[in-house]
This record gives sequence, structure tokens and C-alpha cells, in this order.
Amino acid sequence: MQASLDLLFTVAFWGAALRIATPLIFGVAGAVLCERAGVLNLGIEGIMTAGAMTGWLAVHFGAGLWGGVLVAALTGAGLGLLLAGLTVKLGLSQHVSGLAVTLLATSASYFGYRLALPAAASPPRIEPFRPLDLPVLSDLPILGPILFQQTALTLLAIAAILGLGLFLARTPLGLAVRAVGENPAAVEAQGIDVHALRIGAVVAGSALMALGGAFLTLSAFNAFFFEMVAGRGWICIALTVFAGWRPAKALLGAVLFGAFDAFQVRLQQASGGLVPGQVFLMLPYLLSIAALLIGARHASAPKALMRPYIRGER
Amino acid sequence: MRRPAAPDDAVAEVPHAIALELRGITKRFGPLLANDGIDLTLHRGEILAMLGENGAGKTTLMNILFGHYTADAGTVRVADAAGRLVPLPPGRPRAALAAGIGMVHQHFTLAEALSGLDNITLGTEPLWRLRRRTDEARDRLERLMTRAGLAVDLDVPVGSLTVGERQRVEILKALYRDARVLILDEPTAVLTPAESDGLFAVLRALAAQGLAIAFISHKLGEVVAGSDRVAVLRAGRKVAERATAGADRADLAALMVGRAVAPVRRAARAPGPEVLALEGVSVTGPDLRSRLDRADLVVRAGEIVGVAGVAGNGQAALARLLFGLARPAAGTVRLQGRTVNRFDPRDVVRAGIGRIPEDRHHEGAVGAMSVAENVAIEGIRGPFQRFGCLRRRRMAARALDAIEAYGIRCPGPDAPIRLLSGGNMQKVIIARALDGDPALIVAAQPTRGLDVGAVAEIHRRLLDASGRGAGIVLISEDLDEVFALSDRIAVMARARLSAALPADTLDRTRLGLMMAGQAAELGPTPVRERRPA
Repeated sequence: MQASLDLLFTVAFWGAALRIATPLIFGVAGAVLCERAGVLNLGIEGIMTAGAMTGWLAVHFGAGLWGGVLVAALTGAGLGLLLAGLTVKLGLSQHVSGLAVTLLATSASYFGYRLALPAAASPPRIEPFRPLDLPVLSDLPILGPILFQQTALTLLAIAAILGLGLFLARTPLGLAVRAVGENPAAVEAQGIDVHALRIGAVVAGSALMALGGAFLTLSAFNAFFFEMVAGRGWICIALTVFAGWRPAKALLGAVLFGAFDAFQVRLQQASGGLVPGQVFLMLPYLLSIAALLIGARHASAPKALMRPYIRGER
Repeated sequence: MRRPAAPDDAVAEVPHAIALELRGITKRFGPLLANDGIDLTLHRGEILAMLGENGAGKTTLMNILFGHYTADAGTVRVADAAGRLVPLPPGRPRAALAAGIGMVHQHFTLAEALSGLDNITLGTEPLWRLRRRTDEARDRLERLMTRAGLAVDLDVPVGSLTVGERQRVEILKALYRDARVLILDEPTAVLTPAESDGLFAVLRALAAQGLAIAFISHKLGEVVAGSDRVAVLRAGRKVAERATAGADRADLAALMVGRAVAPVRRAARAPGPEVLALEGVSVTGPDLRSRLDRADLVVRAGEIVGVAGVAGNGQAALARLLFGLARPAAGTVRLQGRTVNRFDPRDVVRAGIGRIPEDRHHEGAVGAMSVAENVAIEGIRGPFQRFGCLRRRRMAARALDAIEAYGIRCPGPDAPIRLLSGGNMQKVIIARALDGDPALIVAAQPTRGLDVGAVAEIHRRLLDASGRGAGIVLISEDLDEVFALSDRIAVMARARLSAALPADTLDRTRLGLMMAGQAAELGPTPVRERRPA
């Protein structure tokens, strides 16, 4: 046990935690953005899958790594537009629409994969993002290996979620997004188009989610597999609540979850097969539930979350 | 009135230049004609009151003006900064804002988790700016607050402000956008009398600075006290327009309702046998409003017992007890001589208690269900059911009877009840409560927020019921109402119920002292939503 606790303080451990957290950081940033605008985006799991698939496919067909990232983001934006059309324009149930988008996007990704590569027995590999080697920064003690020997996408994720925090807190548009999640009538009364605002938030949020998926195929692994998103989207939805809809706390939550996961991998190795592996796989989720119970007790959701806004309704 | 040849700034200086002009505004909601060819003119520096009953079309008109609804016919013209009248594009709140129209809605349009500053500056800066300029906004707001005599904390979440303070934030929202026309929808509905006085002082000051102000109301008192001119709306039409000075209250009331409104009078009656008795009844609860402390009360047949008091002093507990929603912790309750052992809404309905709950939207009616279903809902185990199936035709027939008998304005028995105005919804609830001649009627705030016509109708119904021998418990914060209807009056303060004394031995001063004297120990006055008489 002492050995397992010791490894919590190694540089390699926290590097791994951040790596595992990266798709969650993208995902939770997208989820926070959508929900602050009042839309629950349960399409996240499918959007991440679609981002993983299209980004990887684009790279495979020679678009280049950043080309793949762009394609994934556009895929996410497109699916976000679909979801926004259903939930914002038509005011349909956000639960049902979100699950429908997840099912559609997941199946379409698998289908697209088969369509694009009908003969492949195993998915072709691509050359993924390499860990950065930045002058000075990467050589810093402790922080260097943890933060600056990651791939570019990890840094992008951290920048995205911190940028989201600044956007919401500091900019007029961010204020409008927060207000539309609290009371759309207040936004309408101030002359801002409620639907345009919400659609924009869902489209941008979905693009972020898709980048989380793209990280899996373009950085963590080097190919697309079925089921590779494996519930990360749902974790993001829970993290959003845990974080009280605040980006900085969401970043913390995502890294914490990454640490749980990294810890369970090492614990599993240390236990030497005495305990079934599934117990360890369960661990991060159990710890997440515990963290939710502690962290989300007093969180207050955006008041207009899941409430569609129809103009002129009596 | 307009002088197109004059230089622009000269026009702007004319004190009574037209600020807003409506011509032939017409709006339908399905079969309901909400506005019917309304013409209206508003001048700079004046306060116009729009008087009308609920459902007369006042709010619809204001929403058209602000672009929330689009009129089916008619034009709106607004004076621009130079005083020239320009047409307002319909259906766009942004255009209304740009034209200098500010609106304070009855239900505030504020994001409660955000601060006053956030709510006010929302949408006033270019959305693509990278950084909000809050310092400039704060400086300007400080100046505006000083000028208008409005003070409010701009940095705490709006949700933690009192209702009166939230309204000030709403007014500041309009002023911050340099509104030249300010429209307020039922601005005093949620204010205490003192807050209302403060509001009208602010409006006076703003009008003196050249703002054109229109407010909507159905309360004659504040219309007469707070406006320069009054336009009376009835059933979607403008029926009269008067200068307020010299206008007669009774005359305005008659115009609003469409007939002379005779004040109700209770006739002296000999009370019959006891229908309700409380002996030392206590109800426990987490706060003052849900507690009742050793209450004694006797109500006899044909008698109306008023329960007066400042809101939040245990009236809710008394009502919930008699509605079968709360259980007494101690004491005995007797209904028509029999001790009640089970407290359950179902038993209360079966025992023949007519219930008129305080919150008609949440407890009195199911908004999404039809008028017919709401009328029949207490009888779905009784007359409206056969072999476990609803008797739809009987329900519809009953609803049609009620619509006719009570003059309920609605599209028909199948219309969802949430589409009805407050007064009409309350009439549906009264029709249900009085169905089957209940021996006891419990009415909690039965006329709160209703207009003169609906109030008179409901009072008449309650008096009729007591004339037929029903005992009535009337829980009300409106002293006029309590005095007009009650045979005996008890006062509720700090969860204690005083002895019920004959109404003619009491006067307002004494009752007020009983309410306030005991309530003074409370420290801060509980939140109250009293409507001034």
C-alpha cells in the first residue's frame, strides 16, 4: 500500500493523469458551455465517437494531424447544429433528442468507418501527435514533464477550458450565455436573440466535445476502435454537475478523475492478479460518485436548464 | 401638435410632444379578440394609466408595443431622439429598445443568479467585445440612481433582493438604455403599500425629467393617485379616456366593469348550528407561516368568520389544516358535531368542505388541464365517474353551466385553464368549491390580485352561499374585504388566533393594532404581498 501511495507523487503518475483527463477536459468544457446556455447535451457520447472517427479518417486520407482536428471539430459542430435544431428551435425534450443524437452519431461513425474502409481487417494506424519538446518549458522541474511534455492537444484542452472560464466571466457574449441559461426572457427583453445564442453555444460546445474524441484517435491511440469512447461522455455530464457548472472546477474534476484512473491502473499492476481487474476498473466511477455526493450537494444548476424558450407563449 | 418645420432640438424641447402613438391595434389569440382597434397617444412628461379588468387586453397591448407579440393589424409610431414620429417595426424587442421604449414586465425579466449590474448591462455592449466595461457602466448607473432617486445594490445576485428592489433594477434597465418611454405592467401587484408609494414618487420624478410613462393597473386607488390621464380598456376595446384630475372613482369603476358596481353588503342573519369547531388545535411546522398554536374557533351555519392578519403569520397552516393537507399535532377538530380523526384531502372533499386555496395557479387548478376537467376534478370518484370511466359529457355539461352561471370568459370547456386570466380561473375554482352546497367553505385570499368586477362577483357568491346556510372561513389580508363580508373577525398573529369578535364591535384601527401590535414582536415584517384596497 505504501508503494501505491508513493506513486501518487511521481511526475510520471501526474503526467498520465493529465493524459487520461484530456478528452474529459474537452468534453466537460463543451458540456459546461451547452448547459450554461440552458441546453443539456446528451449527444456528447456520440459526438465524441464521431469526432474520434472523422478526425482519424481525415488523417488517414492525408489531411494532416491539424486537418484531422479541424474535421473533428466541424463534425461536432454539425451534430451540435442538429441537436440545437431539435431542442432549441423545435423545443423538443432535451433528454430524448440528446440520446437520439448519441445513438445516431455512434452508429453513423461505425457505418462510415466500414464504408470508408470496407476491406480493412484491423484499423490502419496513423502517425499520432508526438509529445512536445518545448525549449525551456519542457525542461522545467516537475511542471515540465507533467505539463509541457504532453501532446499539443492536451495543452489545447487546458487552454480551451480556461479560456471558456474567462469568456463566461469577462465578455459581453459570455454574460449573455450565462443569462440565457438562467432566464431566457431576460435576454429577450434586452434585445438579444435567445435562439441564436443557444444554438451558437450548443454548436461551439459540441465542437469542443468532438475534439475530446479526436484526442483519443490522434493522440492517445493511433487508430479508431469501436466502443473506444467508453462512457467518457457520460462522465463529462456528471463532472459538469460536480463542478457546479464552473469551468475551472470542471478542469480540476477532470484531472481528479484522470488521477483516479491512473491510480487504478497502477494498483491493478501492484495487486498481481489477486483481485479481479474489474474491481479496479470500477474504482474511478465509484470515486466519481463519492466526489459528486460531496462536491455537488450545494451546486445550483442554471435555472432555465432544459427549459425550451418559445416566444410569445402565454 | 407636430411642427415639421421647426429645428430638431426645438421639437425635443416641447414639453408635451407626442412620444408614442398607437393606431388601430388589433390582436387575436385563436377565437379570443384580445385587442380590438385600440388607439392611444402618450406624451412626454405625462403618466398615463391604463385601467382595465383582467383579460381586458392591457398586457397584450403592452407586449405588442414591446415586440413580444405581433399585432394582426394597426401601427405603432414612436418619437425618435429628435421628436419625429417614426413607425416601429413589429415583433422585434430589439427595435423597441432601440426606439427608446423600456418595459417593466409584471413578471420581472431578470436572471436571478446574476447581479443587478450584469442584468442591466446585458445586451448593451457589442457582443463581440473581448472585455466588459463594467466600470463605466457602474459610474453611469450611480448617476442615474441619484437622478431618479432609486437606490439598489448592484453587486449582489438579483435573487437576493426584495421584490421592490428587483423592480428598481428593472426600471434602471430601461433608464440605462436611455428610454424615452417607460411602460410598467401591473407595477404594484407585488409591492407593499409603502413600496408602492415609493414607486410612484420615482415615476413622478422621471416624468418631470421628460419621460413618457404608462402603467397598467386595475386598482382605482393608485390610478387616481398616480396618473395624469387614464385610458379605460374593456374586453379588448378602449372605452374611455379621461384626465385623471376630476375623474370620478365610481364612474371609472363602472366604465371598467361595464356596469355600475354596487358595494356588497352583508345582511344580519341569525347563525345556525355549529359546522366547524377547533379546540386547542396546534400544527407544527418549520417556520411561522406553517405553524398554528392552540387555536380555538367556532363557525356556525350561515356565518362568515374573517381571519385577518399580516401574511406569513400562520394563515397557511390554518388553511392547510382545513383543506386536509396538514395534521394537527394537538387538539380536536369537529365538523358538524363529529370529531375528525383522519386528515386527508379525500375525506375533506367527501365531508363537503368547499376549498378555495390561496395559490390558484399551483394549488387551485391544474394549468394544462381543461376548464371542464378542473371543474370536475373533486368529483371524479363521485358524480363524474361510472364503472371506473370518466363521464366526459357530464363534465362538459357541468363546465358549461359554470361558465354561464359565473360569466367565465374562456374559449370553452375544453380550453386549458392556464389560458384564462386570474379572475376567470378563480371563478372556475369557486364554481367547483360551491358545487353541491358545501356546509363549510374555506376561502384563502379568494380575491387577491383580482379586479373590481371579479372581486364583486366572488363576494356576491360567498354571501349567497352563506345565505343558503354555509359556514365560511374567510382568510384574507385585505381588511376591506374582511369588513365587507364577515360577521365575526379573528386576527392571526405569530401563529396565534385571537377570539373571533363581532365585526360591528371592531374598526380598522383596532384591528390594525391587533395585527401590528402582536406582529411588532416579530422584528422584521414577514414578506407580504398585500394589495392595497
